Amino acid sequence: MSKNPLRTILDKLEPIAAKNKFAHTLHDGISTFLFQPNLVTQSGTHIKDGMDLKRTMVHVVLAMQLCLIHGMVNIGHQHYAAMGMYPGLTEGLIPKIVYGLLQLLPIIVVAHVVGLGIEFAFAAKKGHAIEEGFLVTGMLIPLIVPPDIPLWMLAVATAFAVIIGKEAFGGTGMNVLNVALTARVFLFFAYPTEISGDKVWVSYDYNFLHQGASALFGDFLHIKDNLALVDGFSGATPLALAAEGGWGAVTEQYSISEMFWGFIPGSVGEMNKPAILLGAGMLIASGIGSWRIMLSMFIGAASMGLLMNGLALNPFMEVPVHYHFIMGSFFFAMAFMATDPVTATGTNTGKWIYGFLIGVIGMIIRVLNPAYPEGWMLAILLLNVFAPLIDNYVIQANISRRLSRAA
Amino acid sequence: MSFNLPSARFSFTSILLFFSAVLAAQDNKVNNIFENYLNEIVLGILGVTVLLVLFVVYMVADKLLKISSEKAKSDAGQKSEDESPSVLPALNEILPGNNEYPHLNGVKPFKLKKGHDIKIRGRAIKEVSEDYFPSSYAVKPKDFVEMIPIPKLAVEVGAEVKAGDHIYFDKRRPEIFYTAPVSGEVAEVIRGEKRSINEIVILADKEVKFREFEKADPNTLDKKTITEKLLDSGCWPFIKQRPFNFVADPEEKPKAIFISGFDTAPLSANLNFTLQGESKAFQAGIDALRKLTDGKVHLSLDAKRKPCDTFENVQNIEKHYFEGPHPAGNVGIQIHHIDPIAKGEIAWTVGAQEVVFIGRLFLEGRFNTQKLVAVAGPKVKNPSYIRTFPGANLEELINKQVDEENVRIISGDVLTGKKVASKGFLGLFNNLISVIEEGDQYEMFGWLIPSYARPSISPTFPWTLFPNEEFDVNTNTHGEARALVVTGQYEQVLPMNIYPVHLLKAIMANDFELMEGLGIYEVVEEDMALCEFVCTSKTNVQEILREGLDYMYEQS
Repeated sequence: MSKNPLRTILDKLEPIAAKNKFAHTLHDGISTFLFQPNLVTQSGTHIKDGMDLKRTMVHVVLAMQLCLIHGMVNIGHQHYAAMGMYPGLTEGLIPKIVYGLLQLLPIIVVAHVVGLGIEFAFAAKKGHAIEEGFLVTGMLIPLIVPPDIPLWMLAVATAFAVIIGKEAFGGTGMNVLNVALTARVFLFFAYPTEISGDKVWVSYDYNFLHQGASALFGDFLHIKDNLALVDGFSGATPLALAAEGGWGAVTEQYSISEMFWGFIPGSVGEMNKPAILLGAGMLIASGIGSWRIMLSMFIGAASMGLLMNGLALNPFMEVPVHYHFIMGSFFFAMAFMATDPVTATGTNTGKWIYGFLIGVIGMIIRVLNPAYPEGWMLAILLLNVFAPLIDNYVIQANISRRLSRAA
Repeated sequence: MSFNLPSARFSFTSILLFFSAVLAAQDNKVNNIFENYLNEIVLGILGVTVLLVLFVVYMVADKLLKISSEKAKSDAGQKSEDESPSVLPALNEILPGNNEYPHLNGVKPFKLKKGHDIKIRGRAIKEVSEDYFPSSYAVKPKDFVEMIPIPKLAVEVGAEVKAGDHIYFDKRRPEIFYTAPVSGEVAEVIRGEKRSINEIVILADKEVKFREFEKADPNTLDKKTITEKLLDSGCWPFIKQRPFNFVADPEEKPKAIFISGFDTAPLSANLNFTLQGESKAFQAGIDALRKLTDGKVHLSLDAKRKPCDTFENVQNIEKHYFEGPHPAGNVGIQIHHIDPIAKGEIAWTVGAQEVVFIGRLFLEGRFNTQKLVAVAGPKVKNPSYIRTFPGANLEELINKQVDEENVRIISGDVLTGKKVASKGFLGLFNNLISVIEEGDQYEMFGWLIPSYARPSISPTFPWTLFPNEEFDVNTNTHGEARALVVTGQYEQVLPMNIYPVHLLKAIMANDFELMEGLGIYEVVEEDMALCEFVCTSKTNVQEILREGLDYMYEQS
């Protein structure tokens, strides 16, 4: 069999790369990305399942693609809506896409360059292969930040999350907290003005790419038109409105189908419910995402919501429970955040408890916390910390059952 | 928490669908959805139509597949007792309560849901292609996990031996002898690293000469006589003990003896076929074993197949039926469900084939280990059975059946067997030789777009939709070793109430009490071999487990 020419080049480069640690890691990374290695089993089973971590991770990334595309369109849609242009969804679709793409692209690139760069450096330093964990994290971070996030903040947050949140614990598979959420919670506490309030969820300005591309797209994007904000335009999210005035205040601004299809201000990828549910369905069907966690989180949030409806002490608590699921990022958190296998519980019984508690606590934070009307980030991080404890109790139950048999 | 996976997925999807329908219905602007998304709706309908057409095509193809396979079977003169090759589950697999098998006589089988059958092309057909008597045989001390690397030889190179003559013994337990399977001249001692003994090769006589023992009905003998006879003849090492899978200690009192009457490992030999017509020897073996324990002797059988006469007729034994994918045929899994081993307890296990050898010792007065061995795998020309003795030299066989260079020959199944060189020898306990391709090839984007079908439990591979598809497997690891990330997949293939990942972590942390609590006494390598196969992180599960077992043994 004739050898693949690309393989020949890689093989020739190998001895050159071997002289330098960093070059070796880079060569190894590229080589294993292009080719599944020729490793054979040495001890134990002679054959292995076709699944590996790269394939697992890439399927999670694929499941998020619809959210990403919707996020791109919605950034443009919100931008022009704020300027009073193209109010219909299908109007001006191309400028919306171009605007959104040019806004989103730097976010994705910065997250990947910073995160992967740190991964490469650590892998070279520690002398092991580059691990795939960041593929998913790098895609998740752009989806959960506001579209107007300053790039330097994003870089700092990503670096913090990867170094403190993951590498400090030993790398992929060892982290206690969800890495993407660590990045977001860092932004939330370090730069609160950039991640809460009414002003951050819609991108009003033209960034350097827009400016640079103005020669090409200038007329198209209306950069030179000096568009002004529409009077009375508010970038408030449904949750912020509900916290102030209950369900009535929300429906004044947004229709249910707008919220369901996600054409409202918010984080980049968290809004289009059908896109997220399709992604969740894909994760469940491929066996990668845990349906136990998703289902129990749904049950937990629904039961806590019903309890709050029953108490109904303030307008936010009166919001009917099923509407809670289309406001904010419940489904996104359920599909992509809570199911992170590294930071969630490992036992099946533990998964039921873990998901349920996220649902309950997330609902409490969302409704009863005056500072920030969304709960899933904090709820998931809190339960990340408790996941080993939950597992421990489940396992202790198994152990004591076995020991009682011996006695 | 027991929860039926497909039905839970279904109900979860229904809840979500219902929920979105409720939402849409409450929206005054519901019509907007249809106006704005008319194209999508049309596309959706088109998609459903395409799916329907594909389904019809598939149904027709499935029917054709069934017809052609029935024809092929009748051409070959076989009865179609194996399941039909349909990709759809049969009706009685879907409907509960319709699962009764007439040969069970109303006994309820243990139904195991977890596990996975790895389908590999080249299963041996039920035919004995030849009586295979090569010129050399080997006794391999490394067939036994606890054997010290340099056992004491009882013969010298050049000595003449008969089948049943002592060859070597473990210096720690000199009362247990390991004997020659055939007669001939001790030709060579092949040593491995640090002078450990790998193989003791015997140049075989044309006709096997047996060392003669007294014939006797085991029912008339007492425990002491039986034990002595088994020890002297070399039959004793067939009896293993749980925990640890060591050769049983003659002084111990086991709580019960367990025998598995079927093998579910990939490509495994069909015990219903290999033990056919051995009724008398099997019964004699069971009678002998019954004298060794105060407890019961358990025999586990496949609920789906009618057992052969040997299993059907055997008396004075507790029979159990198991239904489910691999590892349901592993004796460890069966013990876990019948009568689990608690701390401080000891159970013995014997292979069904080995019970026959024990029986022959009493009936014929000979250490006669002749058996049927399956030669199978994608690289074998005519997968079938051969009649031979343990320790047989595989070289002649390889020449006839395999003509390719880059293959791996495994004595045993692909999950737990040992790799042997082309001039290697068959293991004592193996009744299967698997031949598969070496996978030392780079595969461009193999992790993303695989260029050939490979077995997997992951539904991300399209061919997992066709559960009866058989694969050409190779030894590629399909990925690199990583930290344990994906959870729940070990549990998916281990039908035991055990937390395998946590057990492995306890072993790596050398946590004695945790290992004990998590049930390390109940498992040996073969039970967790499937975990190693499915592991996304390519962890060497069996190696770690053996380290843990060794550690536990040292501490006790």
